[in-house]
Order: sequence, then structure tokens, then C-alpha cells
Amino acid sequence: MTVVAEKAPRVIDVKAAEAPWYRRWLPLIGVAVIVLYCLVPFFWMVVSSLRRPADQFDNSIIPSPISLDNFKDVFKSGTGFQRGLLNSLIVAGTVTVLTLVIGMVAAYTLARLEFRGKNFVLAIIIVTSMFPGISLVIPLKKLFVNIDWINTYQAMIVPSLSFALPLAVWLLTAFFRQMPRELEQAAMVDGCTPAQAFRKVILPLAAPGVFTTAIITFIAAWNEFLIALSMVNKKEYQTANVVISQFTGASGRDQPFGSQMAAGVVVTIPLVIAVLLFQRRIVAGLTAGGVK
Amino acid sequence: MSTTAPVAERPTPETTKKPKRQTSFNEGTGRLAALLLSPTMIVLILVVGLPILAALRESLYTSGQQIDESGFIVQGSKFVGLDNYTAIFSGETGTRFWNAFYNTTFFTVACVVLETVLGVMMALVMHKAFRGRGIVRASILVPWAIPTVVSALLWKWIFQADGIANEMLGTQILWSTEGWQSVLSVIVADTWKTAPFIGLLVLAGLQTIPTDVYEAAKVDGASVWQTFTRITMPLVKPALLVAVLFRILDTLRIFDLPFVLVGPNKESVETLSILAYLEANQTRYGPAAAYATLLFIYVAVVAYVFVKLLGADVFGDAIQRKTKKNGRNGRGRGKQTDPGAPVAGLTAGGGLGGE
Repeated sequence: MTVVAEKAPRVIDVKAAEAPWYRRWLPLIGVAVIVLYCLVPFFWMVVSSLRRPADQFDNSIIPSPISLDNFKDVFKSGTGFQRGLLNSLIVAGTVTVLTLVIGMVAAYTLARLEFRGKNFVLAIIIVTSMFPGISLVIPLKKLFVNIDWINTYQAMIVPSLSFALPLAVWLLTAFFRQMPRELEQAAMVDGCTPAQAFRKVILPLAAPGVFTTAIITFIAAWNEFLIALSMVNKKEYQTANVVISQFTGASGRDQPFGSQMAAGVVVTIPLVIAVLLFQRRIVAGLTAGGVK
Repeated sequence: MSTTAPVAERPTPETTKKPKRQTSFNEGTGRLAALLLSPTMIVLILVVGLPILAALRESLYTSGQQIDESGFIVQGSKFVGLDNYTAIFSGETGTRFWNAFYNTTFFTVACVVLETVLGVMMALVMHKAFRGRGIVRASILVPWAIPTVVSALLWKWIFQADGIANEMLGTQILWSTEGWQSVLSVIVADTWKTAPFIGLLVLAGLQTIPTDVYEAAKVDGASVWQTFTRITMPLVKPALLVAVLFRILDTLRIFDLPFVLVGPNKESVETLSILAYLEANQTRYGPAAAYATLLFIYVAVVAYVFVKLLGADVFGDAIQRKTKKNGRNGRGRGKQTDPGAPVAGLTAGGGLGGE
């Protein structure tokens, strides 16, 4: 009888049932440590960006007069930061849309059709995502110099497909596989062609997965640095990441950390908000793909 | 043998059960599949396959102005065979190359070891925690979402001469200049950004371990440490190996972090990617391509050795992992595993410990 009585709490947690108080508090302390570990440097960036440029090197935890001067500095004309944000948006947005359109067909094929060499294709897709970016950038840069593509958006978009496409295919395949096959079968019994079944039944139902893939791909493309740095040397085409890394600052200090932190906050905040809103989905996507 | 056993608990891969379910939808699929996959494959060939080959070809050429035998200046590329490679391995460039090679390797080993240890610890904590999971998951994604460039600047700021790091440590170290301290600052920044990510992947692996395995261990009187080394680690190993492999390959091509945090042309943090980038930036495509090709070979060898030595089938497992996730997604951990499998995994774990 006692065994049965004990079983109920055990389902929830083996240890918690008989654990002493510290056993129950220890995980919470651990959680607090992890949260601090992850957030303190980020917090420091936000705090530093909110200081007045004059108290830049003041290390108090809360800036005493909170000021938005750094943000104003960043958005002043001449820094190229606004243009950089726009460029980042154009590049990352185009990469995301392209990879989704191309990748969705491939992912659906890989998830649903049985054909020889399927694992080989999947292996190729993983392997391509492991190639070091620089080995692709150098020949592409030379090519782009020859065809006059340097300082264009496509010079950043096309090479970005090399990491974004395998990522998207990989994630989407995982998502499509989660959907029961009976869905299309039912649709086709009702007279849909396979293509219609995909468009009218699968796509709407897969929307959350597609959306998650879009976010993860967008973040990856938004964070890209090497390609953007190599393919562009005119300020008008630089992405936000490149602009920030080359900030000289409006006020001409040697290393304008205040403005850099403010710019960093501006670049990061949209991603952090997206991450907070869709954390559950993003985690599911990341762990399903086991990707970078 | 024992390495595959923990995998055996995963549901049968789809390939084995597919034939039964074949419908008209799947007939004559070979050609259809080829057609549907062609856009992706074409793009991958264009942006990955051909550039790799082009880099290989480029590394055998030299471009720019040369003086030929008769003293004329010749424009354009010229086939030089393995000259670019021999140049890399000799003299001053040789020292620079080996330095970059050493830095790349050192970063990879140090960062991945640190990140794995921290990541596994984080995963264990998160697995045990029943309150605050949402907040932990949200905060763990923050370092992942921050662009590497921004995190490099952030750490540069933290490691500034009169920055917070020196103030807290009570030191006056010029972190992001040269020498061991700049190496350390890069390692700290990289670990901060990616250890939580490994934690996330390991946590996903942990959640697939059915609780009855732990109950059985408890009944048998296993200590906490035994439970960890004999059960948790072997069963998490497949997920962990994939995460570690991805991290290794990612760190081997490390560029952004040392480039922004410390800067280019800094001997102590110059990696192969940075070296190749700097060469290409001076339009010396031949040597740049040679560096890039060597890095590519290095990455390929490391991946091959890793897959062969440690995780016999990281690929197979990676492909299977997705099938596993289908069943797991959301609620109920290990619901679909058959009761015999965990025992098999357990015994395999014991065998593994003895290896």
C-alpha cells in the first residue's frame, strides 16, 4: 500500500518528495545564478547606454541622471546608423523570405516523400552549414569584384543563403515531420491535388513552425558580420553590425562606448523582444534542429 | 555497440515504418523529389559548393601584378601550383600561420570545454527547477540573440581599462590589448554567449530521459554521482555530442569576436579566419584562399575525427533526433518509449562507464 501512496508525488519529482528544504531551494538558487549570468552583461549594456556621455566611466549600478544623449548621438545624421538599420532589415528580411520560399519546398519533400538518397541529402544540408564562412567569402568576394557586385545588397544576400538555407530547411523539415500524414491524405480524399493539400491544409497548420523558422533565420541573418564586412565598403550599404563596429562616434571621442552601447541596445532590443514573446517556440525549434 | 544502445530507445526511424503507409502520394517519388529539391540544391551548389572549389583553385593561383622572366609586368592571375601553400609554411608567414592555427585551436578547446561544462551544469539546474522555468528559458535566449558584434563591443566595454571588470576585480589590467588577458577576454565573451545555448540543447536531451530510470537507480541505491555518470551522461550523450560538434565547428571559424573585441592584426588573438580575411582585404586572393582552404580542411578533419572517434553516428543521430522530437514535443517526456528500452540504455550506460 505504501508503495502506491508514494507513487503519486514521485511522478512529479523523484527527489522532491523526501528532499530536505535545501534540496528544494538549491535549484531555485541555481536558476537565479543562471538568470544573473545571462542577464547581467546585457543589463550593463543597457545601463551604460543610459548614462550621460560625461559620466561614461562612472560604474554605479543605476545611472544617476538617466539620459538619452547616447541614443540621440547614435541617431544623429552622419553616423550612418539609421541607414545601417535599414540595410540590416533589407538584407536579413530578404534572406529570410528567400530561404523560406526555397526551403519550404525542400523541407516538405524531405519530410514527406520517400526516395533513395534522402539521408544523403539531409547529410549534405547539415554539412554545408558547417563550412567555415571565410572559405566561401573569399572566392565570392573575388567574383563579386569582377562582376561589380561589391557595394550591393545582393552581394550580402546571396552569400548569406549559404548558412540561412540549410538552417531553414533543417528546422522546417523537423516541423513538417511533426504534422500527421493523415492531414494530406484526408485532403486528397476530398479531392485536393498534393500541391493543393500542401497549400490549403499543411501550410496554414504549419504556420507556427514556419514562423519560428522565420524568426530564427532572421536572427541568424541579422547577426551576420563577416559577409557584410567583406562585401561592402561604402557606408550607404553597410549593415548595422558593421556600422556599430566601426563607430567613431559623433562627438569624436576615441572609443565612443556610450554610443556603441546605445546602438547595441537598439540592435538587440527587437531580437530580445521577439525572443521573449516566442521563447517557447524558439526553444522548440532550436532543440529540434540541433543547430547553431 | 554500447554507444548505439542509448539511441536504441528512440522511436524507430521513419524509414522503417514508411513502406507500410505508402499511398498514391508517394508513388514515383524519385523524380518528384529531385524536382522539388532542385532549387535548394542549386542554391547550395552555387553559394557553397562552387565557392569551395573556386577557393581551392584560387589557392593555386596568384593575382595582381607580377614580373615575369623577361622583366615585364604581368597583370591577372597566374598559376603557381602549391607556391601559396609553401609560402604559408615558411619564414615569417609560417610563424604567423602557425600562430593563427594555434590560436584557433586554443580558442576552440578552451571555449568548448568551458561551455560544455557550464552548459551541462545549467541544464541540470534547469531540469531540477520547477519554478522559474519560463524566466530561465527567456533569459538563456538573450545571450544567444545578441549579435556577436554587439556582445564583442559589450565585453570590450566591460574589459575597458577603467571598466567594470577591473573595478570589480580590483585590478588594472589592459584586457583587450594583447597577450593572455586578451585571449581570456575573448574566451569569457564566447563562453557567456554560448554556454547557455549548450545548456538548452542538453536540457532537451535530459527531458527525454524517462523518470523510471532514475527510480530504478534509486531503488538500487545509486549515489547522486553514480546516477549522473552512469545514467544521465550516457543517455544525454547523443544530444550533447551533436551540440559539442556544432560548437567546435563554430569556434574553429571564430572571426567576429576577436576581430571586434580585440581587433585585427593582434598576434595573440589572430585566428585563421581573421588571417584569411586580412589577406583577402588586401586583394591577395591566392594566399587568402590558401588559408581558407587550410581552415576548411582543418574543420573537415576535426569533424571527421570527432564523428569517427566519439559519436559513431552524429549524422544518423541528428537525423533521428528530429523523429524523436515529434513524439516529445510539449508534454509527456519519453511517453512513447517502450519499457524495455530504458533498461537497455541503463546497462549500456554501465558498459560505457567501464570503457
